[in-house]
Amino acid sequence: MDQSSILDFRSGTFFAPILVLYNNDLEKIEQRLQEKIASAPDFFSSSPVLFDLSELNENDKKIDVEALISLLRKLSLFPVGIRGGDPSQEKRALELSVPVDSGRSRNDAILPEIQRKDDTMPEVQPVIREAVRAPAMMITQPVRSGQRIYAASDLVILAQVSAGAEIMAEGNIHVYNTLRGRALAGVQGDTAARFFCLDLQAELVSIAGIYKTSEDLKETPKKKPVQVYLRDQALIIEELS
Amino acid sequence: MARIIVVTSGKGGVGKTTTSAAIAMGLAKRGHKTAVIDFDVGLRNLDLIMGCERRVVYDFVNVINGEANLNQALIKDKNCNQLYILPASQTRDKDALNLEGVGRVLEELSKDFKYIVCDSPAGIEKGAYLAMYYADDAFVVTNPEVSSVRDSDRMLGILASKSRRAELNMEPIKEYLLLTRYDPDRVESGEMLGLDDVQEILSLHLLGVIPESKSVLNASNSGIPVILDEKSDAGQAYADVVARYLGEKKPLRFIDSKKGFLRKLFGGK
Repeated sequence: MDQSSILDFRSGTFFAPILVLYNNDLEKIEQRLQEKIASAPDFFSSSPVLFDLSELNENDKKIDVEALISLLRKLSLFPVGIRGGDPSQEKRALELSVPVDSGRSRNDAILPEIQRKDDTMPEVQPVIREAVRAPAMMITQPVRSGQRIYAASDLVILAQVSAGAEIMAEGNIHVYNTLRGRALAGVQGDTAARFFCLDLQAELVSIAGIYKTSEDLKETPKKKPVQVYLRDQALIIEELS
Repeated sequence: MARIIVVTSGKGGVGKTTTSAAIAMGLAKRGHKTAVIDFDVGLRNLDLIMGCERRVVYDFVNVINGEANLNQALIKDKNCNQLYILPASQTRDKDALNLEGVGRVLEELSKDFKYIVCDSPAGIEKGAYLAMYYADDAFVVTNPEVSSVRDSDRMLGILASKSRRAELNMEPIKEYLLLTRYDPDRVESGEMLGLDDVQEILSLHLLGVIPESKSVLNASNSGIPVILDEKSDAGQAYADVVARYLGEKKPLRFIDSKKGFLRKLFGGK
């Protein structure tokens, strides 16, 4: 069986609200959280949440992590991370299967500021983005020399791509025309990405960083639809029949 | 409202100013009030091609800086009373122009003129950017050789992404191809790219092919736009371009090799 078809690690991001605490009184926290949840039940129902204790710890207010986690779970929130805790708090969280986020908690400081002043929750639906790509990007105009296109998804181009242009996608690339520029598929390392084109006259094609230049593409049939993919770390160019 | 045409190419020496002068004259000759602006500040040439270099008092930069009003700077053409020239400044550089000032001048001209032809400088820097920014139509002047085609392609990318129409999400600039200095004999012998080769790379609406012609140099030297030389092939080709731009149907001329034609005539191979 092909090893690669069992699993794959892909890079991705997902969004979760960050709960920043300014008070260590669990009763007050529960009351305030219930109010918040009542104001936007859809938002909070089964929402993952990351809690941030840096404000508390900066002001020397200790909080019982275990109690906090069980409170959150009682309110049908799913704590998925702790941030800004001290070593003992982090240890306790880990024992309760809540991982430590060492990320840049300071960068998020603005968001809780806004939320504190504003009692109503923002009209944002909680979208848990799994490691699934956005819908394909579609380009219908010619991509001219000097232009660059980056798609964090699949990329579909209906017009020609000129010499000196550069198209990049984290997923597959389809060019339903002539490609004379550079095309880089799977730029975040997706070795399963493929590249399709009706007429390959590219300066360079690459999948997950493995590339061929026009020098190596001389043998490729011109004006024929082709696909390019990776097999055993080698770029395979194959005519589509 | 005036229609603003930019004559552009990226590459230098391909015939932008010759083209600007010819089509501005062509439009004016057909009775459309036309202004032609030289955006090549510091390398002023349009006035020479138009034969009005002795009458330049104020220029484009003076108008932008408010040192002169438009009517003082506009020069009425000596051959056609529907045509006005706004010359560039020779003593300044491209930084003397700014987006807001150019916009103001074009808006003022728009009230009075039917067509405004912007003669772009070479390159893709500020001068060329300002010349194309407000355009409605672009005449992309290209010579049948690879570097010119590549530069035109680059320019087309800029037209599609950096113009006012692109920024405001309006209908994009209409792009037209003008293939200049075309020599069918050299195309046939493989020394030059053919029309089909260029079109395969650029795939643009072709407005015309201007043959390589001595009449262009003669016209430049005498300061009379080549379109007024009605006997010359280049002059006729430009007249066709203007006609096609205005929506008339004209068959392409001057694209077949004369040698090829004779060969066909005598059945040789």
